[in-house]
Amino acid sequence: MANTSKTFTPPSSKRSENQEPTENFTNVGTPGRIFSLLGGTALAYYGWKKKDSSLGKSLTTAGAYLLLRGVSGFCPVNKALQIDTAHADFEGFEVTSSVTILKPRNEVYQFWRQLENLPKFMEYLKSVKQIDDKRSHWVAKVPKNIISKETLSTVAWDAKIEQEEENNRIVWRSEPNSEVENSGEVRFTDAPANRGTVVQATISYHPPFGVAGELAAKLLNPAFKELVKQDLRRFKRLLEAGEIPTIIGQPSGRKDENY
Amino acid sequence: MKAICWEGINKVSTERVPDPTILNPRDAIVRVLLSSVCGSDLHLLGGYIPAMRSGDIIGHEFMGEIVEVGPEVKKFKKGDRVVVCSVLACGGCEYCQREEYSLCDNSNAEPEWTEKAYGYPVAGIFGYSHALGGYAGSHAEYTRIPFAENTCFKVPDGVSNESALFTSDAFPTGYMAADFAGIEPGDTVVVWGAGGVGLMAMHSAWLLGAGRVIAIDQYPYRLEQARSRANAEVLNFREVDVLQALKEMTGGRGPDRCIDCVGMEANSTGIERIYDYAKQYARLQNDRPAVLRQAIMACRKGGTVSIIGVYGGFIDKFPMGAAMNKGLTFRMGQQFGQRYIPKLLDIVAKGEVDPAYLLTHKLSLDMGQEGYMMFKEKTNNNMRSVFAPAG
Repeated sequence: MANTSKTFTPPSSKRSENQEPTENFTNVGTPGRIFSLLGGTALAYYGWKKKDSSLGKSLTTAGAYLLLRGVSGFCPVNKALQIDTAHADFEGFEVTSSVTILKPRNEVYQFWRQLENLPKFMEYLKSVKQIDDKRSHWVAKVPKNIISKETLSTVAWDAKIEQEEENNRIVWRSEPNSEVENSGEVRFTDAPANRGTVVQATISYHPPFGVAGELAAKLLNPAFKELVKQDLRRFKRLLEAGEIPTIIGQPSGRKDENY
Repeated sequence: MKAICWEGINKVSTERVPDPTILNPRDAIVRVLLSSVCGSDLHLLGGYIPAMRSGDIIGHEFMGEIVEVGPEVKKFKKGDRVVVCSVLACGGCEYCQREEYSLCDNSNAEPEWTEKAYGYPVAGIFGYSHALGGYAGSHAEYTRIPFAENTCFKVPDGVSNESALFTSDAFPTGYMAADFAGIEPGDTVVVWGAGGVGLMAMHSAWLLGAGRVIAIDQYPYRLEQARSRANAEVLNFREVDVLQALKEMTGGRGPDRCIDCVGMEANSTGIERIYDYAKQYARLQNDRPAVLRQAIMACRKGGTVSIIGVYGGFIDKFPMGAAMNKGLTFRMGQQFGQRYIPKLLDIVAKGEVDPAYLLTHKLSLDMGQEGYMMFKEKTNNNMRSVFAPAG
C-alpha cells in the first residue's frame, strides 16, 4: 500500500522546481511579456511626465520593473513565488475538490470502485457499465446549457482504470480517441480524530476544439468546479444519510413547478 | 389539499396545492392535526429572511398522524400519533452523531444558499425559506416528513394533541436556551421575550435549577402569562429602565444568565429604536439587535448570554468591548430538537409543564392571513394561532 501523503499538490500546478536562473532564466510567458512591455512603457512615460511628484516616481519605478520583465522574460516576483508561466501548457479543465464522509475508508472506497454506483451521485452521468475488471463504458447526459437540467443528448466513451491501490487511490482515463477525453483521480485518506474518510477527487476534461475550446473551458471552469463539488456532496449524502435529500416533486402554491 | 402559502411581505393565502408524496425511502407522510405559527415566521412574513419564494408553504411547528411511510421507515406505522421536530437531521453525519442536529451536514436540500452566506450549509427546516432547504411546511392538510425516524416522535398515550404540539419547537427551543445558559443552582435568569419560546425557556430555567426567573416584554398580557404560568418576576421595558431595574433587583451584581428569545426584530425605545429601524429599512443591517445589546450590558461579569431568538445576517453596534472585558460566555444556535424532544414529552406526560396554554386561537387553514395578523399585531391576547386542518 502506498504511503498516503499528508499534503497534496494537484498535478496541474505549474510551479517550477527551484530552477536556477542560469539554467532556465525565462519564467514569464509570451502574453505576459507583451503585456509587460506595453504596460511598462505606458507607466514609465506617464511617470516621467509627472516626475516631480511622488506618484510620478512610483509610476516610473513600476514601469521600469515591467519593462525589465517584458524584455528579459524574467520576473523576480514569479521567481519568489515559484511560478513559471512560460512553460505552462493548457491541459483542459481540471478541478480538485474534497469532502469528508463519516464512514470507514474501505466502505467509501468500495462504493466508488463499484463504478456502476457513480451515476447515483454524479448528476450528469447516465450510466457506467463495467466491461471487465479495468475497463468500463460511460454514458453522460449533455445538458441544454450549463444551468438547465434538461438533457439535450448523451455522449459515451470507454475508460480504463490505470492505477488503483485498494482503499487509497483510483486513477482512470478515457481510452485514446474518445469523444470526450477525460481523466480522474480520487484519493481516500483517514480524516483525523475518527472523523471518517477524506475523499479528494481531481477530474480533468480536455475540450475537443483547440484554442476556441480552451477559451470556452476557461470560462466554464468555475461552473465545472461547482459541478464536481456538488457531486462530491451528493456522494457524502448518499453514504451518510442513505439518500440524497430533495424537494423536487413536493407541493407548492406555484403553478407549473414541482418544488 | 389546502395549504397556507407565503405570497409576499405580510401576505399569506390559502391555496389548493397537490398532495405530497413519498420522494425518498426515509420519508413519511403525516396528516397534520395541529400546526402553530411561530415568532420566527414573522421574520419570513416581514421579508427579512431572503430566499422565500411566492407560493412556498410555511409552518414548521406541528403534530399529526402518520398516513404513509417510505420503505426505509421501520419505527412508525400508519395511524401513529406523532409530534414532528421542526429541524431536519440525517442522523448519520458528524454533527448528528454529536447531537448537534441543526448543524446537520446533509438535511438541507438547497445547501448552496447558507454555504455562501455562512461558510457552511446548515440543517433544513420545514417551511423556512429556500436557504434552509425549501421544504414544504406544515400549514397544510398533509406534510411530507424527510428522515421520518429522526424527525417524528410518538406522542405518549394520555398526552393531548394540544399539549404535545409545542414539544415540536417552542419547548425544545426554550429548553435549549436554558440548557445553553449553563444555569447553576440559585442563579438569576433573565429571559427577554415572553412569547411561546420565552415562556418555555422560563419553565426550563426552573427545571434546570434557577433560583429566580425574570421576564422582559412590552405586552402586559404576555407578562401576565410569564408571572402566572411561569412564576417569573416581570419587567415592562416600556415602563422601566431595564438595565437599572435588573441591577437593583440583583443587589448591584447583575443577572447570571441572560437569554435572548427575541432575535432579529427586537423592539426598543428612544434613539436606539429609530437607529435600528432606519438601518434595517435601508438594508444597512438585516437585524435589529436591541435585545442582544441589552443582554450583554445587563449580564454580570463572567455570566452567560444564550441566544435562541433567530438572527439572519449582520448586526450593528455590537458591544464587543463589554462582552470581552466582562468575560462573557456566548452560546447560540437553532434548536437541537432531536436531543430534547423525548425528555420533554416525558416532562409533559408527567404534568410537570403543560405548554397547551400557548394555544389561544384554534383556526381553520382558511384563516391563514387572520391568524398571522393577530399573532403579529398581538391582538385578542394572542399567544399562538394554531391551524387545525382536520377541524
